[in-house]
Amino acid sequence: MMTLCVIAAGIGLAWLALILGALLYKGSAGLSLDVFTQMTPPPGDAGGLLNAIYGSVVMTVIAVIVGTPIGVLAGTYMAEYGRFSKLTTVVRFINDILLSAPSIIIGLFVYELMVRPMGHFSALAGAVALAILVIPVVVRTTEDMLNLVPNALREAGTAIGAPRWVVIKSVAYRAALSGIVTGILLSIARISGETAPLLFTALNNQFWSSNLNAPMASLPVTIFQFALSPYEEWQQLAWTGALIITLTVLALSIVARSLTGRREDK
Amino acid sequence: MSAIQEAMPATRGSRDAIVRRFAMTDAIFHGMTRAAAILVLVLLGGVAISLFAGSWQALSTFGFSFLTSESWNPVTEKFGALAPIYGTIVTSAIAILIAVPLGIGIAIFLTELCPRPLRRPIGMAVELLAGIPSIIYGIWGLFVLAPFLQTTVQPFIISVFHGIPGLNSLFAGPPYGIGLLTSSLILAIMVLPFITSITKDVFDTVPPVLKESAYGIGCTTWEVTRRVVIPYTRIGIMGGVMLGLGRALGETMAVTFVIGNAHRISTSLFAPATTISATIANEFTEAVGDLYTSSLVALGLILFLITFLILAIARYMLMRIDARTGA
Repeated sequence: MMTLCVIAAGIGLAWLALILGALLYKGSAGLSLDVFTQMTPPPGDAGGLLNAIYGSVVMTVIAVIVGTPIGVLAGTYMAEYGRFSKLTTVVRFINDILLSAPSIIIGLFVYELMVRPMGHFSALAGAVALAILVIPVVVRTTEDMLNLVPNALREAGTAIGAPRWVVIKSVAYRAALSGIVTGILLSIARISGETAPLLFTALNNQFWSSNLNAPMASLPVTIFQFALSPYEEWQQLAWTGALIITLTVLALSIVARSLTGRREDK
Repeated sequence: MSAIQEAMPATRGSRDAIVRRFAMTDAIFHGMTRAAAILVLVLLGGVAISLFAGSWQALSTFGFSFLTSESWNPVTEKFGALAPIYGTIVTSAIAILIAVPLGIGIAIFLTELCPRPLRRPIGMAVELLAGIPSIIYGIWGLFVLAPFLQTTVQPFIISVFHGIPGLNSLFAGPPYGIGLLTSSLILAIMVLPFITSITKDVFDTVPPVLKESAYGIGCTTWEVTRRVVIPYTRIGIMGGVMLGLGRALGETMAVTFVIGNAHRISTSLFAPATTISATIANEFTEAVGDLYTSSLVALGLILFLITFLILAIARYMLMRIDARTGA
């Protein structure tokens, strides 16, 4: 019976290795400087992914700027001001559900909220959709990390006469900083590969665009479009884009984990 | 010290003002954090309300038959959700059937059998894989798995089960490569890391004393796992499985690549089909007419309600095991 467990582990790991191997093999074949300097090509032409990478970075940055403060503040309430309040229990439950809610639903929500009233697709709507995905991740890690801060530290701060917000700002945040940064990195890792919420918010754009009020290309949506196309050049670019996203996500997760890992060793 | 005392009288008058200012800043900060926490609730409420509002036209036009009708015809504007619902449930169910034994197996391997130095790297690898975007699994499924299934596995299975009643309709039809079974396999590999890491976590909550006493009376590793670890963590495992199921139900991109987007219910697992999320992803931007869009939003509402229910149950179960370890 225990051999079956070993076999299960073998199958699982081999399967995952197979996926990463194929990704590395097919993706690296098209990896060149052109990918980062050229625009997405018309069918049958060579080109790169510059506008898609730019769009992804822009929308991710806006999403993090919008989503992080909200997430950190909400997490602060749950761990500091309202640690034992009823509201915290409810918010924690709802936040956990938001955390694993299908991202395409968030896309529909932002479509109803922004795209329909505005009358057109826009990069801004895409960024808002991503921000909604950032919030639950940051809320969760902020709360967890602040809960790990020993109460003696807070009491010491209060004892020298610091008001609550100073204690939170100068003691609790400082002690939990690496954990909160981990949460933000993990949220970036999560949204950098999200496709579904961008499909009908930011849409896609074949050309360079830095207008936040217009449709904007993004790496995942471009991969989706190119992979399903019949053109070989596009499919190759899709694989290369997939490799870029995977490496980014893995790098972010590893950095995030090493941050918390150092913390545990202390 | 004396300098402070000398400075005191000068600041005494403004001290009340400083304390008041501190109190006010604190109240503002308190209010901001509270507002942010409430915003999280508002977000989920907003999602529910906007989906209801957006799907109202479709639901009032088709009524209850929206759930029971299989037709999906943009030309005549007749929409029914039965085929996507069927596809969603079948693909997720098969995925869970495959992923649960594998996931529990890996978790047992990691907690009981794996040599200590390998434990952390393998555990970390599993968790890293949970973070890989679904589009990666989708592109792999489309270009690697589907052709492989089409040329080797599916023709073999079709020929083997050809004459067996029941099974021959389950595995029938031309081998397209894409379809229900391919989607299920992709979903299984996607939810595997989630189920594994949660199961591993709840296995770690078993008090060593329980395991040691079982080993002490001469149980084998398997008996300890079967009679002590799994019964002790049953609720946690169920929670993990439900969480995986929630993921599988809502998973969009990986499925959209390999499901085939065919609005029909077929008994064959090799047939192209569709799921709720794949339908929305494929058709939303091309939907012409309010009723078409509204029907797609209504599909989203159904998916939202199903996953909300499943995730709420999952969280409730995991909360119970948390409460037990906390006590």
